[in-house]
Amino acid sequence: MDPPKGKRLIVDFAVILIPVLLVLTAAALIWLHNLVAVVMLLGFYSLLMAGLWVILDAVDVAFTEAAVGAGITTVLMLAAVGLTGQGERPGQGNVLVALVVVAVTGGALFYALSDLPPFGAADAPAHTHVASRYLGQSMTEAGIPNVVTAVLASYRGYDTLGEVTVIFAAGISVLALFSRRHGDRKN
Amino acid sequence: MHEFAVLRVATKQLLPFIWLFALYVQTHGDYGPGGGFQAGVIFASGFILYGLVYGVGKARRIVQYRVLIILVALGALIFSGVGVWALFAGGNFLEYAVFADDPAAGNHLGIFIIELGVGITVAAVMTAIFFAFTGRSH
Amino acid sequence: MTTLGVFNYWVAVVLTMIGLYLVMASDNLVKKLVGLNIFQTAVFLIYITIGKVEGGTAPILKEGFDVYSNPLPHVLILTAIVVAVATTSVGLALVTRIKEEYGSVEEAEMRKQDEE
Repeated sequence: MDPPKGKRLIVDFAVILIPVLLVLTAAALIWLHNLVAVVMLLGFYSLLMAGLWVILDAVDVAFTEAAVGAGITTVLMLAAVGLTGQGERPGQGNVLVALVVVAVTGGALFYALSDLPPFGAADAPAHTHVASRYLGQSMTEAGIPNVVTAVLASYRGYDTLGEVTVIFAAGISVLALFSRRHGDRKN
Repeated sequence: MHEFAVLRVATKQLLPFIWLFALYVQTHGDYGPGGGFQAGVIFASGFILYGLVYGVGKARRIVQYRVLIILVALGALIFSGVGVWALFAGGNFLEYAVFADDPAAGNHLGIFIIELGVGITVAAVMTAIFFAFTGRSH
Repeated sequence: MTTLGVFNYWVAVVLTMIGLYLVMASDNLVKKLVGLNIFQTAVFLIYITIGKVEGGTAPILKEGFDVYSNPLPHVLILTAIVVAVATTSVGLALVTRIKEEYGSVEEAEMRKQDEE
């Protein structure tokens, strides 16, 4: 079932436009020194990312990104900025060292890109291992149509148990870090 | 924030729908996009919205800190409890197929319960973190 | 969409570089965390791009569709996003505590206070 031509064109356009906007948004963060503006822009960045996930067929990921990245992260960051002050003093860090490291890392990654399979290739190594089993058998084995949920909760249940433990530990850590009242000193 | 009458009224109207939507996402994760992670975050966002508009002190009175701490642990316990239950039912850890005569039905049941555990932990952790941050300022 | 080739990978690498630069060059700890978030999403982008299959649809089984994108990267990244917000909040909590102890979240200022 191919989508109609007009829809196809929009998707082809968006799949270029959104990544370009992502890069522009991220780059703007470098020159922005008001942290409230930085956090709001990060929320916008997450929302763009959610749109890109939908185009790349990852609807569950898009849902999570929109709720978590654009929602909760922004609120928590704003709360933290409210506690720590919104002005960043520009030009303090070691820009030269950072540029060298970034250039070397970027160069290595660009070099490594040539080994990756082309975008959308159906015979890429990632699709030839367990993915076909998940897509072909999950309906009879788990009985639910959303393969992502079946893999998340059943096939890779151990993984998810680990993730839940990480979230649990993170929540406990934050509460432990904030357990001391403001202004208390070690005694 | 006594002056934002529109915000306060609109928030009260929105809250039931936010929580209903969270429950929908939680239970329909099997059939469409969604699941425990998203539902937990949406459920927590209801409390966060209430806290932002009505003040965190008021929100804290609705969600008791002690209850929140219990829920944080309860979700993770439900998840691993299902794993142990599978052990007692004669399967491997987290092997849901042993919960029912039909393996697919057992899997469906297991997935539903562990998604519930995930949702509870995520919602409680997100709410607790929000309260921790906002309770810090005064 | 095949004409795109490696476009998404390029974007991911550029985002990685921007994130890394933000982490290294900015002195403010909150901005470092923002940089880490950008870095993370760049990794997510590589995963989801690899999972995309040309002509495929979202991995929710339905009559009439034969080609689906790979669900495995989606599962990994879905959980990674929630873990990312959990770890980010731990980082923000640490930054807040640092602010309370040092009175600043600028690295240079903290170093100056440590040397005194």
